[in-house]
Amino acid sequence: MSLAHNIFNTSLGRKYLMALTGAGLFGFVVMHMLGNLTIFAGPAAINEYAANLHSLGPLLWVARLGLLAMVAIHIWAAVKLSAENKRARQVRYEGAVQPVDEDRKSEIVSRYASRTMIYSGLIIAAFAFYHLAHYTWKVPQINGVDADFEEFYVHEEDAGEEQVAFVTVLPEGKEGANGADVYRMVKTGFGVWWVSAFYVVAVGLLCVHLSHGLSAMFQSRGFKTKSTEKLINRFACTASWLLFIGYVSVPLGVLFGFVK
Amino acid sequence: MSGEAMNLTLRVWRQDDAEDAGRFETYNAPDISPDMSFLEMLDVVNEGIIADGGEPIAFDSDCREGICGTCSMVINGVAHGGQQGTTACQLHMRHFRDGDTITIEPWRATAFPVHRDLIVDRTSFERIQQAGGFISVRTGSVPDANATPVPKEDSDLAMDAAQCIGCGACVAACKNASAMLFVAAKVSHLSLMPQGQPERERRALAMVQQMDEEGFGNCTVTGSCEAVCPKEISLDFIARMNREYGRAILKSGCN
Ligand code: HEM
Ligand code: FES
Repeated sequence: MSLAHNIFNTSLGRKYLMALTGAGLFGFVVMHMLGNLTIFAGPAAINEYAANLHSLGPLLWVARLGLLAMVAIHIWAAVKLSAENKRARQVRYEGAVQPVDEDRKSEIVSRYASRTMIYSGLIIAAFAFYHLAHYTWKVPQINGVDADFEEFYVHEEDAGEEQVAFVTVLPEGKEGANGADVYRMVKTGFGVWWVSAFYVVAVGLLCVHLSHGLSAMFQSRGFKTKSTEKLINRFACTASWLLFIGYVSVPLGVLFGFVK
Repeated sequence: MSGEAMNLTLRVWRQDDAEDAGRFETYNAPDISPDMSFLEMLDVVNEGIIADGGEPIAFDSDCREGICGTCSMVINGVAHGGQQGTTACQLHMRHFRDGDTITIEPWRATAFPVHRDLIVDRTSFERIQQAGGFISVRTGSVPDANATPVPKEDSDLAMDAAQCIGCGACVAACKNASAMLFVAAKVSHLSLMPQGQPERERRALAMVQQMDEEGFGNCTVTGSCEAVCPKEISLDFIARMNREYGRAILKSGCN
């Protein structure tokens, strides 16, 4: 029995993979939110942040490929584990759970978030794809406005007004080209109510996913005990709420005019 | 302290054999004393069915004192009924009320096929045990109590795990029909004892492998198993098994 077999072909091995890639993705989701929040510091801040990210060059690609690998492993393991779970239990019980008191019922019946991990996950994946097409590949047909984000650049002539403090550090040989105007793109993008609505729903589902996932990953890696359980669950709940508030503040800020 | 006799209605899963599609049938259970155990109540109902010339409801039982783990049945959607830390044989009718309708079903899991009525085949658990749930050191006959020192914390934990009676309620309750609480109890119990060390890694790998082959599902940490376990085996043991497994794959390396 090889190491690879023990990791990829067994239930516990795949749960380890789920937990490790889930933790990695959580790390990304936190950093991404912090980056997004720079929009509240004005156009210069977020545009400079974006330009700095892009100036990482090959490192950015390492990060992107790492993320892609984590997503692939997470989804592969999720689909496989979920299919096995379905097969393992094909018949449902007819009797409705009506135990002696309510408390016991909540312990016996699995929580909503834990029951719907694969669905929340798949919807997040679909959203992530849309989100990339929207802001990364800048596909004009899906942004719901009469604009091509590809054409949103920081122009020299803007420099006097909105882009005062923004200096794009452009890589060697690209001097003179303009940096992308992420600020204007996000403001235009989230100005479309249904784009913002989809975003809020998806982020909500991500946080439902994490309210269970962030606690389960400690169990899968063997760190959870009765004495740490309360703390771990509180961490999962608090982190999920903070992420939700952090993420939705951007589209809501745009829609309600807090992002000037 | 015996209370008033109760009249109950039972909806019971009846299935002639493994191939039969099965169906629910309804029975009256009149004049049930609150002092009876659930299985005694079923005995009384069976007497009535036999008197009427029918086939009695088949269910498993042996010790009837909560230690053998054979009395597998789901009562009103909960394995062993709603009473915490209680097997079906130890569940008393005083927890039900006059006029109640009680739904009784067999364990539902692909790895526990139904034999007949409420009886399921749990030999998948036996095969998991045979894969590694044992020690092969000779402990001799009745060793001197303190010959092999065991730290108090370890022996307490090992005893908590050893409480598992292998009844399968964890599998029955789990939405994924996962056997991880059972396997975790068995892996943890022996890995905590000095006598269990020689096969520690082999045991964890082999039992998990067998568990997967039997077609049990995977833990998604819902906690249902822990809530219904008549021996109140803690979810902590699943975390411990995950550690044991991680340790085993690292130690056994790429061979
Ligand atoms: C940014 C995106 C995501 C993050 C941060 C994330 C995070 C997590 C975490 C931390 C866990 C707990 C791991 C464990 O059970 O030990 C988890 C579980 C899970 N994730 Fe995700 N996830 C993400 C996306 C997805 C996607 C796209 C899917 C789609 C299939 C998915 C499906 C699942 C499933 C089914 C589980 C439960 C696994 C189990 O308990 O057996 N997740 N996720
Ligand atoms: S009959 Fe032995 S535990 Fe119930």
